[in-house]
Amino acid sequence: MFGRLTWDAIPFNQPIPLITSLVVILALGGVALWITKIKAWPYLWHEYITSTDHKRLGIMYIALALLMLVRGFADAIMMRAQQSLAIGASQGYLPPEHYNQIFSAHGTIMIFFVAMPFVIGFMNFVVPLQLGVRDVAFPTMNNVSFWLTASGALLVNLSLFLGEFARTGWLAFPPLSEKAFSPGVGVDYYLVALQISGVGTVLTAVNFVTTILKTRAPGMSYLRMPVFCWTSLASCLIMLAAFPVLTVALAELMLDRYLGFHFFTNDGGGNSMLYMNLIWVWGHPEVYILVLPAFGIYSEVAATFSGKPLFGYRSMVFATMVICIVSYCVWLHHFFTMGAGGDINAVFGIASMVIGIPTGVKIYNWLFTMYGGRVRFNVPMYYLIGFMLTFVGGGLTGVLLAIPPVDFIVHNSLFLVAHFHHVIIGGVVFALMAGYTYWFPKAFGFTLDERLGKIVFWCWFIGFHLAFMPLYVLGFWGATRRMQHISDPSWAPWLNVAFVGAAIIGLGIVLTVVQLLYSIKTRDQRRDITGDPWDGRTLEWLTLSPPPHYNFAVLPDVHGEEAYWTRKQTAIKQDQLIDEPDYQPIEMPLSTPVGVICAFFATVCGFAIIWYIWWLAILGLIGAFAVFVWYAWRDEHEHIIPVEEVRANARERRRIRMEHLHELSQST
Amino acid sequence: MNSTECFERFERLERGLIHAAVLVCLPLVASGCARGILDPVGPVAAAEKTILINSTAIMLAIIVPTMIATVAVAWWFRRGNRKADYRPDWEYSGAIELVVWAIPALTVMLLGGITWIGSHDLEPSKPLVSKIAPLKVDVVSLDWKWLFIYPDQGVATVNQLVVPAGTPVSFRLTSATVWNVFWVPQMGTMIYAMPRMTTRLNLQADRQGSFDGLSAHFSGDGFPGMQFKVQSMPADQFAMWAQGARGSGLKLDGAGYAELEKPSSYVKPMTYGSVAPNLFDAIVANKVPPNPVPLPLHNPPAPPAGA
Amino acid sequence: MTTASEAPAVGLTHQGSEDTGLGHRGPASKSIVVPYGFWLFILSDMVLFSALFASYATLVHATDGGPATNQLFDRELVAVETLALLSSSFVCGLAMIAAKRKNMQLTQVWLLLTGLTGLVFLGIELFEFGKMIGEGAGPQRSAFLSSFFTLVGCHGAHVTAGLLWLGTMMAQIWAKGFRQDIIRRLLCFSVFWHALDIIWVAIFTIVYLIGTLP
Repeated sequence: MFGRLTWDAIPFNQPIPLITSLVVILALGGVALWITKIKAWPYLWHEYITSTDHKRLGIMYIALALLMLVRGFADAIMMRAQQSLAIGASQGYLPPEHYNQIFSAHGTIMIFFVAMPFVIGFMNFVVPLQLGVRDVAFPTMNNVSFWLTASGALLVNLSLFLGEFARTGWLAFPPLSEKAFSPGVGVDYYLVALQISGVGTVLTAVNFVTTILKTRAPGMSYLRMPVFCWTSLASCLIMLAAFPVLTVALAELMLDRYLGFHFFTNDGGGNSMLYMNLIWVWGHPEVYILVLPAFGIYSEVAATFSGKPLFGYRSMVFATMVICIVSYCVWLHHFFTMGAGGDINAVFGIASMVIGIPTGVKIYNWLFTMYGGRVRFNVPMYYLIGFMLTFVGGGLTGVLLAIPPVDFIVHNSLFLVAHFHHVIIGGVVFALMAGYTYWFPKAFGFTLDERLGKIVFWCWFIGFHLAFMPLYVLGFWGATRRMQHISDPSWAPWLNVAFVGAAIIGLGIVLTVVQLLYSIKTRDQRRDITGDPWDGRTLEWLTLSPPPHYNFAVLPDVHGEEAYWTRKQTAIKQDQLIDEPDYQPIEMPLSTPVGVICAFFATVCGFAIIWYIWWLAILGLIGAFAVFVWYAWRDEHEHIIPVEEVRANARERRRIRMEHLHELSQST
Repeated sequence: MNSTECFERFERLERGLIHAAVLVCLPLVASGCARGILDPVGPVAAAEKTILINSTAIMLAIIVPTMIATVAVAWWFRRGNRKADYRPDWEYSGAIELVVWAIPALTVMLLGGITWIGSHDLEPSKPLVSKIAPLKVDVVSLDWKWLFIYPDQGVATVNQLVVPAGTPVSFRLTSATVWNVFWVPQMGTMIYAMPRMTTRLNLQADRQGSFDGLSAHFSGDGFPGMQFKVQSMPADQFAMWAQGARGSGLKLDGAGYAELEKPSSYVKPMTYGSVAPNLFDAIVANKVPPNPVPLPLHNPPAPPAGA
Repeated sequence: MTTASEAPAVGLTHQGSEDTGLGHRGPASKSIVVPYGFWLFILSDMVLFSALFASYATLVHATDGGPATNQLFDRELVAVETLALLSSSFVCGLAMIAAKRKNMQLTQVWLLLTGLTGLVFLGIELFEFGKMIGEGAGPQRSAFLSSFFTLVGCHGAHVTAGLLWLGTMMAQIWAKGFRQDIIRRLLCFSVFWHALDIIWVAIFTIVYLIGTLP
C-alpha cells in the first residue's frame, strides 16, 4: 500500500537528522502560525505564490536560494568539523554512511538549489526591466518554473526526515549509484528531485531566450542591450542545450534502478563511462550557466560604480558568446585520468585553456572600466574588486588542471576541491552578494545597511581564503576528496585553519540575515525615494522602487547604448524631463495557482516514485495533467489596468524625479 | 568613516596580508613542506611536478601584475582623488583590445604547447624508456582494499605494493565492484580502475622507501580505509621477497578470492603465496562469482595506530 | 488598433507591431512569440533525443551475448509504422488548413484522423515491443536492448503525450471555437507532431535501416 515506506524511514536512531528534522518542523510550523496570526495568507497567496510578475518570482527564487544556502552551509561546516576531528585513531562524530550523505547533499543543494535559483532569480527580476518591457514572454510558465524548482528543493530536504539522501557525491556516478551498490532511497531522492526541477529550468531557458530575442523596448537592437541581458541570454542558451542531456543521463540511471535496464550496470554490457560523458557534457556548461550572469552583474556594477560606460562593450558581448559555445567543447577535462589517450586528452586540455582567453579579456575590460572613472566604494564595488583579486587565482588553478600531466597528479584531490570553490565563491557567490546589494533597493524601496554589508564582504573574503588555501596545500600533499577520516595527523593544523575559515563564512551568512532584519527595521533612514540610488545607467533605474506591476507606464524609446544614462543626462542638462507621453490602459497577465498546484502534484508523484507507491504516482500524474487542462480551459488571461491609475502613478514618478533631478548624479 | 578612508585601510590591510603570506610561506617551503606530489620519487612524478611548477610560474607572471593593477587603478581613480583624470566617455581602445586579447592568447599558446607535448610524453599507457624489463602488476580494486597480483612472480598482496627501485612497473588495472582511482602521489600519474574495463599505467620509483597510496575516487562507505603502502627496495631484495612469499601462507584461489571479496575496510597488508591463473582476466570478464552487495559499515574498524 | 492576435506579448501600449527585426519596433506580438518559444522547446527536445542517440550508438554492440539488431528488426513492420506516422503528419497539416478557414467539421475530422493514424503507429510499436519481450529480447536483457527500448520508447512516449494533447485540443476547439489563443496552441501541437516525424526519420534510419544492413 505504501510501497517501501515504513516507520523505519524516520531516523529515530540517528540523533543529528532527527533533531534537525524536529527543529525544522517546529520552525516551519512557527512561521506558518505567525503568518496566520497576522492574517497574511491572502496577501502571500495573491501577491507572491500565484504571482506571474517577474519581479515577485525573482524575489521568491532568491529567497529560496538564501534558505537553501543555510542548509548547504550547515552541511559544509559539519564536514569541516568532521575532518578536523576524525584524525588518526578517532573516527570523529559522523560515521561514513552519514558523512557521505552530507557531502552529497552539500554539492547537490549548493549547485541546484542555491546557485541556480539565485542566478535565475536575478534574471527574472532584472532582465525585463533592463529590456524596457513589462514582463517575460511567458509569465505563467515562469510561475510554473519557480514552483517546480521549489518542488525539487523540497524533495531533497525531505530526505532528511524520511529515509536518506544519496551517498554517492553530487553527480551520482555509477556503478556506485546503481541499485546493486546503493539499494536505498537516497539516489532515488536525488534523481527524482533533479528531474522535476530540471523541467523548471528548461522552461526558464525557453522563456528568457524568447524574451531577450523577441521582446525588447522599441529601438533596443541587440547591441544596445545591457551586458547583463547578453550574459543571461548566453546562460539560457546553455541551459536549453545542456539540461536535456542531464535529463537523459539521470533518466537512464533511473531506468537501470527501477526497471533493471543495463545502461551503466556492471553486467549486461552496461557502460559506466557513458554516464561520465553524458553527465559532464551537461556538467561543464552548467558552471558557465552560473558564471556568465555573474560576469554580467560585475559588468553592471563596474560601470555604475565607476561612473563610466563599460569598457569594450562589443568585446564583452563577443567574449560572452565565445564562452557560451566553447563551454560545450571541454567536458573531457573532468576525466583526463580515465585513459582516453594522448591525442584526446591534449585536444580537450587545449580547448579548456582557450576558454580562459575570453575570460581574461573580461577581467581586463573591467579594469579599464575603472580606469578614468570616479570609483565609489559601495558594497557592490567591494565584491567586484574582491572578485578580481580572487577569481584570477581560481582561474590559474583551473588552467593548471587543464594540463593533463598536471591533472594526473591532482585529479579529485583537495586541490581540485579548492579550485572549484575558488572560482564558484570568488566568481559566482561574490557576484550574487553584489547583485543582492545592488538591486535590493529596486525590489523593496530602501537600501541595505552599508556598514554591515562591508563586514559581510570581509567575512566572505577572509573566510574563503582561510577555508580553501590550506586545501591547495593538502592536495599537493596527497589528500583526496570526500574523506570521512584522515590518517595523517600532520594535516590537522591545515584542516583546523580551514575550519576557522568556514566558521568566518558562517558568521558572514549570519550577519547577512542580521543585515536584512536590521535594514528592514531602520528602512526609513535609507529610503530609495527616486528609484535611482546608485546613479545607474540601465533602464531598471528609470522606475520608482519598487516598480509598479507593469514596470513602465509607457515603454521607453531607446536611442543608443545606455538608454537610461543618456536620457538622464539630457534631463539634468535641460533641467526638465521628456515630454509627457500619451497614456493608455495596460493589459497585464492574471495571477494563477496553476504553478503551485502542478508542483504539488509533481511533488506527490515524485515522492511516490521514490518510495515505490505506484498508485499514488499515477494519481499525481493525473492530477498534474488535470490541472493543466483546467488552466487551459480559462477564458480570461489578462486584466486591464485603467488609464487613470497608469497616469496617476506616472505623474507621481515624474514629480519625484523632477524634484530630485540633480541628486541623481553621484560621480561629479 | 567614509568610503575613501575605508578603502585606504583595505589597501594597507591587503599589503600587510601579502607580506604576512610571504613570510609564512618562506619558512614552510624552506622547512621542506615539499611532500606528496612536490616530492617525486620517480621520473613520471618528477616530469609532472616540473610542468606544474613552470606553468604556475608562467601564469603568476600574468596574474600578479593584474592583481596589483586592479588595486592600483581602483585606488587611484577613487572618486575623492581630484588628481586623477575623469574620462566619462572613454569606453573603447583598439590598441588595448589587441593587447588584452593577446596576453591570454599567447599564454594559452605557450601552455597549449606544453599540454600537447606533455600529454603525449606522459600518457599513462606509454611504456617507460628503460634498459630494465618492466615488472608487471595487475591491480584490482575491491570494496574497500587494493589487490596487487604479480603474474610473473605468482604472488599477490593486499594493501601493500612491493616494487624494485629503478625498475619500471607496468600496471593493468580493473575493479571488481565500483570505480576507484589508483594513486601514489609521489610516484605520479593516477588512473581509474573500472569494472569490466582494463586501464594501463606505467610508473617507476627510483628512490627506495615507503610511499603512501590511496584511492582517489569515492567508492562507498569503506572508502577512507582504502589506503596502502608502496615499498620500494633494491631489485635483489625484491627478488628475495617474491621468492620467500611464493608457495607460503594464503592461497588466492576461488575460495580465497571469495573471502577477499567480502566487504571490509582498513584491511591490514596481506600476502598470498599462490594466485589462481588468469585471475585478473577472469575478474575483468565478470567470470568470478558475483560480488555480494556491500553492506554499509556502521562501525568501521578503528584504523590501526599510526595509519 | 492592434487585434488580439497581433497584441504584443505583454501589455504594450506604445507603437507596437508584429515584426521586431532588430528590435526597432518594440516587443513582438503573441502570434510570433508563442511559436518562437515553442520552437526553442523543440530544439531542446532534439538535444534530448541526440543524447539518446549517443547512448544508442555507444551501446549498440553491447549485446552481452544476446540478440543483436539484425536478428530483431522487421523492416516491413517498420515501413507500415512509418507510413502511419507520416500520413498522420499529413492529415495534421490538413487540419491546420481547415482551422485557418475556421471549418469546425473538417478540422475535427482531420484531427481525429491524425489521432487514429497516431494510434496505429503506437499500436504497431507496442506490438513490436511485446514480441521482442516475449522472445527474451526485453530491455533488461542487455545494454543494447536497454538503449533501443529507451530511444524508441521515448519517441513513443512523446507520441502518446501528443495524442493526449490532441484529444484536449479537439475538446477545446469544440467547446470554445477558433479563438486566437486556441489556434496558437494548435499550431504548437502541429509543430510538435511534425517534429516527432523528423525524429522518427532519424530513428528508422539509424536504428532500423542501418541495423538491418546485410
